[in-house]
Amino acid sequence: MTEILDPQFWFFVAVTAGIYTILGLGLQIQFGFAGLLNFGHVAFMAIGAYTMAILVVKAGLSLWVAAICALVVVVPVSLLVGLPTLRLRADYLAITTLAFAEIVRYVATNEDGLTGGSQGTINLSGPGTTASYNREWLDFVEVVQGWLSPILGDLASRDFVSMLIVWMIALVAIVVLQVLVRSPWGRVLKVIREDEDAAAALGKYVFRFKQQALAIGSLLAAVAGLLHAFQFSFFSPADFVPLVTFNVWMIVILGGTARNWGVPVGAVVFAILYAGTRFLDFAPFSWLDPDERAYLRMIVIGLALILLMVFRPQGILGRRDEMVME
Amino acid sequence: MSDLPQLVLNGLMTGSILAIGAVGVTLVLGVLRLLHVAHGDTMAFGAYAGLFFTGLVGDNLAVGLVGAVVTSAALAVLVEYVLWRPLRRRRAGMVGLLLSSIGVALVLRHVLFWVAGADPKQYPVDLMRVYEVGPFRLAQSQVLALPVAVVSILFVGWLFSRTAIGKQMRALSDDGALAAVAGIDVNRTIVVIWILSGALAGLAGVLQGLVQNSFNPNLGFQLLLPVFAAVILGGIGSAYGALAGGLVLGLVMEVSTWQGFLGGVPASYKQVVAFAVLILMLLLRPQGLLGKARLR
Repeated sequence: MTEILDPQFWFFVAVTAGIYTILGLGLQIQFGFAGLLNFGHVAFMAIGAYTMAILVVKAGLSLWVAAICALVVVVPVSLLVGLPTLRLRADYLAITTLAFAEIVRYVATNEDGLTGGSQGTINLSGPGTTASYNREWLDFVEVVQGWLSPILGDLASRDFVSMLIVWMIALVAIVVLQVLVRSPWGRVLKVIREDEDAAAALGKYVFRFKQQALAIGSLLAAVAGLLHAFQFSFFSPADFVPLVTFNVWMIVILGGTARNWGVPVGAVVFAILYAGTRFLDFAPFSWLDPDERAYLRMIVIGLALILLMVFRPQGILGRRDEMVME
Repeated sequence: MSDLPQLVLNGLMTGSILAIGAVGVTLVLGVLRLLHVAHGDTMAFGAYAGLFFTGLVGDNLAVGLVGAVVTSAALAVLVEYVLWRPLRRRRAGMVGLLLSSIGVALVLRHVLFWVAGADPKQYPVDLMRVYEVGPFRLAQSQVLALPVAVVSILFVGWLFSRTAIGKQMRALSDDGALAAVAGIDVNRTIVVIWILSGALAGLAGVLQGLVQNSFNPNLGFQLLLPVFAAVILGGIGSAYGALAGGLVLGLVMEVSTWQGFLGGVPASYKQVVAFAVLILMLLLRPQGLLGKARLR
């Protein structure tokens, strides 16, 4: 198998890791710093991606305008979701957000006229036609490739350019969050996570801080959704199953709760593990058919999650004293 | 579309499955502060165990049912000893427990996929056979499942109201510290809770597998959120509440498709109705139908 040595394959893995990093940063601000158990993170990824694609195909907007509209839409939606739910106890919030994400996915699956239904975005302009929203992104990537290829030659592939863009956005997000959590605002968030009543007693309007954390995190999820849509040129409701949210949780915990730099670490480890199971083509794994290998991968992810919680709940970079959640 | 009495009957069927599934979740959540995401996949395990034992003795559904109940209970107890008890000893927080149960769910579901395959499976019932009783039309699977469900619900009600162990479980779920001070053996009661939770999950899995006609390992995860909704509807930790919540939710889900009611909700949105009920309930009455108001 030469694929393992192919840099292009690893660029692709790096794009996935970068998208998961951005998703994870969103959850980090919500859970790691504000203590919110958001189990519907993937919903905002879906809303971002679908809003963009629908505006491009059905309203004929430019991809860039549509992308900005998508980000603008996600913020009020997240505030609306937070309005009733953020006053709830932590475990209620987990169930409600999970249910919200499933509602979004059901609507995306069943409202063929709006979203293309279970066939995904290819069906956006109705059956019998093939819709595409991605031309401007591909043109843009090609332009960047034109700048880079004199220096890098064949290495400057589509995935390479995507990787650069995704990770540049991820790095900017990390730096911004790092500044935010070290500000007085971030310190209030941590107080809320540790003791809501204490924060309230200090005169902080707890609910508003939670709303802000939820909105920032959801915005990042929408950015990740847009990048996912750009990278794959196609998506369907199956891309937004609850498993994606669970993966993001694993990445955040793996990297370390309340550690922004932990998120890329967790995402890279996760992406390598995930992609790595592809290379299990030697015995005894070569005896398995592709389906069985896919199941094995999920079993490994599940076991990893369990072992992580048993042996190192604070993650790779985390401190144990910040992980004690009650 | 079906008429109202038929929908009520279907609602009772769905509702009793949700009720049977919700009892275990509410007790585990009330006592262990563990949101048991793997409960749905325990149901799926039960459905497959039932299928296995049914085929073992010449398509005998009763043997299948008993086999499913016993093996599902054993599975739940096994995970308690291997995972939940060590995690409690390590003082894992709610988040740690929640993520671990997601891990258990992923492992269980994909082991099922691996062993049983992704193709839909079916219990040996006659799908064409329909019984007409008054205004109702019952499929053979419903004729078999409905009495089992009713008897099981009555049994659980009796267990909680009349037996010592039932009262101990409710006491522990109501106030763990107080129950321990009163002399209840906490670890033993927790094991009993897992036995009951696993057994009922296995039972619910078999019933759902029956009335759904054909199923694959996703059966459990599809039931999970409606079961959570039933738990919240009944009030977390309340065993009677879970029974009532499940029945009410099942009725609401089915009757919502009735055309006489504002044209009815499309059948594909039944699940969404459950989620909507869940969210509304949390907003209006977070302590549940039967729960007591608590500060937090």
